[in-house]
Amino acid sequence: MNNPQLNANGELTHLLSIEGLPRDILLQILDAAKSFAGVTDREVKKLPLLRGKSVFNLFFEPSTRTRTTFEIAAKRLSADVINLNVAVSSQSKGETLLDTIDNLAAMHADLFIVRHGQSGAPYMIARHLAPHMHVINAGDGRHAHPTQGLLDMYTIRHYKHDFTQLTVAIVGDVLHSKVARSLIHALTTLGAPEVRVIGPRTLLPTGVEKMGVRVFHDMEQGLRGVDVIVMLRLQNERMRGALLPSAQEFFKTYGLTAEKLALAKPDAIVMHPGPMNRGVEIDSAVADGPHSVILPQVTFGIAVRMAVMSIVAGN
Amino acid sequence: MKIHLANGHLIDPKHGVDAKQDVFIAAGKVVAIGRAPDGFAANRTIDTAGLTIMPGVVDLAARLREPGFEYKATLESEMLAAVAGGVTTLACPPDTDPPLDEPGLVEMLKHRAKSLNLAHVYPLGALTVGLAGERITEMAELTEAGCVAFSHADHPLTDNQVLLRALQYAATFDFSVWLRPQDAYLSKGGVAHDGEVATRLGLAGIPRCAETIAVSTILELARASGVRLHLARISSADGLKLVSAAKRDGLRVTCDVAVHHAHLSEIDIGYFDSNCNLVPPLRSPRDRDALRAGLEDGSVDAMCSDHTPVDDDGKLTPFGEAEPGATGLELLLPLTLKWATEAKLPLVAALGRITHRPAAILGIDAGHLGVGHPADICVFDPRMHWKVNPSNLRSQGKNTPFTGYELPGKVRFTLVEGRVVFEG
Repeated sequence: MNNPQLNANGELTHLLSIEGLPRDILLQILDAAKSFAGVTDREVKKLPLLRGKSVFNLFFEPSTRTRTTFEIAAKRLSADVINLNVAVSSQSKGETLLDTIDNLAAMHADLFIVRHGQSGAPYMIARHLAPHMHVINAGDGRHAHPTQGLLDMYTIRHYKHDFTQLTVAIVGDVLHSKVARSLIHALTTLGAPEVRVIGPRTLLPTGVEKMGVRVFHDMEQGLRGVDVIVMLRLQNERMRGALLPSAQEFFKTYGLTAEKLALAKPDAIVMHPGPMNRGVEIDSAVADGPHSVILPQVTFGIAVRMAVMSIVAGN
Repeated sequence: MKIHLANGHLIDPKHGVDAKQDVFIAAGKVVAIGRAPDGFAANRTIDTAGLTIMPGVVDLAARLREPGFEYKATLESEMLAAVAGGVTTLACPPDTDPPLDEPGLVEMLKHRAKSLNLAHVYPLGALTVGLAGERITEMAELTEAGCVAFSHADHPLTDNQVLLRALQYAATFDFSVWLRPQDAYLSKGGVAHDGEVATRLGLAGIPRCAETIAVSTILELARASGVRLHLARISSADGLKLVSAAKRDGLRVTCDVAVHHAHLSEIDIGYFDSNCNLVPPLRSPRDRDALRAGLEDGSVDAMCSDHTPVDDDGKLTPFGEAEPGATGLELLLPLTLKWATEAKLPLVAALGRITHRPAAILGIDAGHLGVGHPADICVFDPRMHWKVNPSNLRSQGKNTPFTGYELPGKVRFTLVEGRVVFEG
């Protein structure tokens, strides 16, 4: 099976998932992001790399933060950005997904940023498009959120410099998390020696250890000696499906508090893909505390998305 | 019409025939094997040198989509697909719209099928009214109208009291009940086997215990009711183990697997191939291997196509939104041949799974070529390989996970009651 993300020369033509991407491409993106990070601090925050290109933000489900950072990133690369909130337009009128895509392609789109509630939707779109058009997955169901995974890696690299000595813990609702899956693939590809997932059995997917992670159900054991803690968002609907009894009990057993954080390495960093539920998966004291790098993550996200867009559209 | 199939190699699993034998047909029946009866003058002699003659394929599950889903397929298109695939007898599940829960609907379907004069169609009646799982249907009336067994298709029947009573009622008349075992709650929302691949791809899973729990429940209710039971589309090693144990205990139970479960596993989902969205889900390679072993040793009684034509709108969607199912009437025989080759099984054994064994489950005189019995026959070229290209399939459903496969066995002639209904 051909990797649908790569062109005949093995270059990145779509970014759909971190799984299956070679180490070199991940490093190429992180290095490019580093060079773009400076642009964000300049007075004129624009580069002409995507001048004349049309970037369609195609969000089948809402995600303000992701959409906004993609929009900013595209504008800094001088692209024309069109935001489409498809959830409330054509799809609700019964148009099929591929009809929507065909219509937008006919408007000479160059790059689609796709967010969809169904795992795999961006693959279908990528398969359908002509070869000069590109797709970046901005989150599909539970499957992947590769730019989030990359910005997490960028953040870790920024603070820890090297991946090959790190122990990383990912905590909470791994089952429903596209962020966790992308980050696990990125960490294992870039040589992090120990990736842990921590959560109750109801929120860890079957056979997750086959993705190369160590499974912990006891958060205190799982956090011992870690360099990086990634907290995942817990959605309220998890209480309805009998996955959890209550947010309170979840916070007690798997919420990150200062006491639990003290079990990690003294210089551990705390990350969260946002939006946070304070008092559910993370205590405010930790979210706003000295170990937290949650807001820098958002800032780095722009440079990482600039890097991905420029590489994908350039190939 | 008298037909002489000359110089072919006859394989008749029921009678253990595997030899070069001529077949003589008159008045819709096989009148002789080997030597022509006295005074036999053929209207047509078909040279079958180099070809294999076998009983017409009996398929235990083919959705014809009528009534109600004619935009997905019609009786015409699917009956042509059947005979092009060497299928001369097929059972169709009751999940049409409306479901086959009234004698009038069954009579109409039988009549429509008969007027097409292609394969024999045996409808399965709905076990409950509207397949809603609440009230039992008029099973005696439906049987009179032409139903050969009762089924709940893929619709959930969660109320075990209703199920027990339905089985008891069917047992009263010795009607056979076919059930596809899958716990409705444990499979809720799931679209793929709850395993490594679903975890990686972020697809909602259906655990193996959704099958084993349903198999256990159904077997217990069958024990309690004494019904003749057929378990359809077993997908897991553990599910099959339970069926085998019940058989050893003397329970009257048979089972089948779908042809895609004998060849594919969760791995074949690849990058979200919606043609691999199937019910039940493709499970692990270990499960697939157990099903193949079961086919080989006979603990799986039959292989069926589970033919489910789906239009593009149903499949050109993200994996989890796709309509489950695969087209299969034209692939059942070639995929059975492929399995036989891979399992190093002689055809006279392997082809039993798609001929006399399913015919016995249906309780009909088909699937063999005994003298004096109906001349439903498939003649295929065993040396010819062909590449699966959906646009060349006669079925209106182009949805198959086997696109691009090189399959053995090209059907050359299909005969139904002594009439040539397909030549390829």
